[in-house]
Amino acid sequence: MLQLVLFNLTNGLIVGAFYVLMALGLSLIINLSNVVNFAHGNFLAIGGYIAYTLTPYLGFWGALLVSPFLTAIFGFAIEKLMIRHVYARNHIYSLLLTFGLGFILQDACRYIWGPSPLPLGIPDVLSLPLTPDLFFVTWYRVFMVVVVVVAVGGLFALLRYTRVGMRIRAGTLDLDTVSALGVNVAALRSYNFAVGSFLAGLAGVLAAGQIGLNPNMGDDLIMPSFIAIIVGGVGSLTGTLLGGLLIGVAAALTTVFYPAGAEAVIYIIMAIVLLVRPRGLLGEEGMLT
Amino acid sequence: MSTAMTTGRAPGTRAYLQLGIIWALLLTVPAWLPMLGGYTAIAGRVLVFALAAMSFNMLLGFTGVMSFGHAAYFGLGAYGAGLTLKYVAASTPLAILAGTLLGGIAGTLFGLLLVRRRGVYFAMVTIAFGQVCFYIAYKWDSFTGGYDGLRGFLRAPIDLGFTKIDIAGNETLFYFFVLLVFGLAVGLQALILASPFGRTLLAIRENERRARFLGLPVERHIWLSFSISCFFTALAGTLYALLNNFADPLGLNYVMSGNIVMITVMGGMRTFWGPLVGAVLFVMLQDYVSSMTTNWMFFVGTVFVAVVLFFPRGLMGMLQKRSGA
Repeated sequence: MLQLVLFNLTNGLIVGAFYVLMALGLSLIINLSNVVNFAHGNFLAIGGYIAYTLTPYLGFWGALLVSPFLTAIFGFAIEKLMIRHVYARNHIYSLLLTFGLGFILQDACRYIWGPSPLPLGIPDVLSLPLTPDLFFVTWYRVFMVVVVVVAVGGLFALLRYTRVGMRIRAGTLDLDTVSALGVNVAALRSYNFAVGSFLAGLAGVLAAGQIGLNPNMGDDLIMPSFIAIIVGGVGSLTGTLLGGLLIGVAAALTTVFYPAGAEAVIYIIMAIVLLVRPRGLLGEEGMLT
Repeated sequence: MSTAMTTGRAPGTRAYLQLGIIWALLLTVPAWLPMLGGYTAIAGRVLVFALAAMSFNMLLGFTGVMSFGHAAYFGLGAYGAGLTLKYVAASTPLAILAGTLLGGIAGTLFGLLLVRRRGVYFAMVTIAFGQVCFYIAYKWDSFTGGYDGLRGFLRAPIDLGFTKIDIAGNETLFYFFVLLVFGLAVGLQALILASPFGRTLLAIRENERRARFLGLPVERHIWLSFSISCFFTALAGTLYALLNNFADPLGLNYVMSGNIVMITVMGGMRTFWGPLVGAVLFVMLQDYVSSMTTNWMFFVGTVFVAVVLFFPRGLMGMLQKRSGA
């Protein structure tokens, strides 16, 4: 029993870490640009597929380093090409646009890399279990958590200590003033979108090593990521971080006692949060509208 | 009518002409559609999607609040009707009533949790609520048929006491039945939108802060608008179940919500009849796409992106602008 709980707890932490990577990227884009990127799961898939293509040339480690950057460049281009045109319009257009974009990207992956699942080879060291007792904890799982921690730490450092990061944070609070102070808001939004895409691409490479690749691999992650943002609180990246881990662990622990309820529990958490604390766990009051 | 609805002027000759043309076309569908190679059931599908999108548009176009989860209420309506026909009684009116109530009440309750949120967050929470309904229908195999959808029910003829209307066997009669329900529903919608309550919704759409300063209970009005919109969408869902004798879990999925939004935007979200035009386009597109085996997602996605980037006003919106109305 203890082993079962431990197994699901580690599982939950890893799933939660994926939610966090996805949700942080989504959250960044929502905060600064007011765009809910429906295609975010497809950016994840693209990150994974790029890594798959690069692995023969660069090996796993090289692909892990390069693929997120290429995904970020791709996101940057998409933002410049399409998404920036709808910032000034009714929010419904950005939803429809990214929704259609998701369809296009998914079919593009299917066209380029084929419809059947593909494996992403990981180094042998990483596929070994940690100890014989904890046979279910492979080094790859530990590695994933470490990468996520480093990435999240890096993101928070970027936001806190760099000029671009400070501008992004200021823009989240009051974009008009930031613009009036002479910051190029259009460029800021593009960089911000690229950072969000980077996180999705990184999540894609990590996920591909664990569960393999298929064209709709991001679909299962997008809804929990929305909920992580809603639960964590709008406008707060720390909240998103907390929300992602919370629902990941809660869903995994529910699996131990009542497997059918694993998906239901994250929606229940969301409903409770909306009822008791509508602005989310760490959301700020003024961010609500 | 649409002109009056958006600008507040009394309906002019143009509006009556438009209304006349729309209804003349709808009433004579069984006469002219077969000549174009269509069949009457496809017209029924247009009406169902049009009703769903027009109901959705009460919220998007006339209150200025966006939901991306209206498939939930559409699907709940369909399941409510199907389950009633399957387990309770073979009565079409009862099925419609039950489905409409199921979807409408669910929407009203969800709406309570929604009204304090705005913009993209409102949309995000509606998506999540929609997925709740999808998962329930998907997982509750024994009751809802799970992934395969709910089968094993048939729409029943309507017994008026003195005569029976055979909407089950006669496609043309069923079309007119759907048209009757559609007409009553959109007539009621037009009345609601023209009422003082409806004008208040427009005020909220145009300037929420000013509406609040005028002392309007903005939250309550948005909640009411959401609730009304859900009841009508659920009604459309019940008709969909009757049309197909089938309720599909994918009808609850957010992809379906996207379709409803798309129909509305494609037709013109600031116009009353826009969604009907959008539904015609959408059903034609759907018919075309169903003949494609691969790359249909690419095609549909491209249409979505193109409409957003190049035709954001929709067909009716563009026509209206061109005529200077």
